[in-house]
Amino acid sequence: MKSPRNHRAYWAFLGHRLSGLALGVFLPAHFYVLGLALEQQARMDAFLKFADMGAVKFGEWGLVLLLSIHMCFGLRLLALELLPWSTTRDARLSWISWGGVLSLCVGVIFALGVI
Amino acid sequence: MEQRLFALQRLSAMVMAPFVLVHLGIILYAVRGGLTAAEILARTQGSLFWIPFYSLFVISVAVHVPIGLRNILIEWARLSRGAASVCCFLFGLLLLSMGLRAVAAVGGLLS
Repeated sequence: MKSPRNHRAYWAFLGHRLSGLALGVFLPAHFYVLGLALEQQARMDAFLKFADMGAVKFGEWGLVLLLSIHMCFGLRLLALELLPWSTTRDARLSWISWGGVLSLCVGVIFALGVI
Repeated sequence: MEQRLFALQRLSAMVMAPFVLVHLGIILYAVRGGLTAAEILARTQGSLFWIPFYSLFVISVAVHVPIGLRNILIEWARLSRGAASVCCFLFGLLLLSMGLRAVAAVGGLLS
């Protein structure tokens, strides 16, 4: 029997929730580094040099991708909850594919910018 | 309480959507050719656009993120609603204070 969770909308829910969790956990570190600009610009520069390393850049790429995914899937949720449904089957599943494609484009543009 | 948090989560999401779009655009533009503290600060310090923009962004984030984390703590970590609310309220305060401090730092408000 096919699992009731094995469908696109469930994977979109999971992607939205996990990306939100990762971004939420990352935010304090992001704010801490930006806060270094207050008194310790040299330390901020040292961090930015560290952030130039390949592995860290890969992490940044992942975060940019997650932010884009979270926004696209979140907009779909808002549309589902707040906009009228033309039919009872109008779960706006195509928004999931478009959100994925748009996020991948954002990821590619980021990668081209840092390479 | 649950209804208010539900509505607040959606309202903050609507406020944040344009902020996230602009933020993504700035990231894609700014990372080209590497980042330096001086370059970032030259763009942001004393700016009448960036300071209100990121202040509102931080406030929306400090509302939106804790509500989402609270849902996760209740549904996945099986925390009681009360415990999850306290944890996430404190996390929201942390995000708000660290975020506004970051805006003040990068915006040059305290230098």
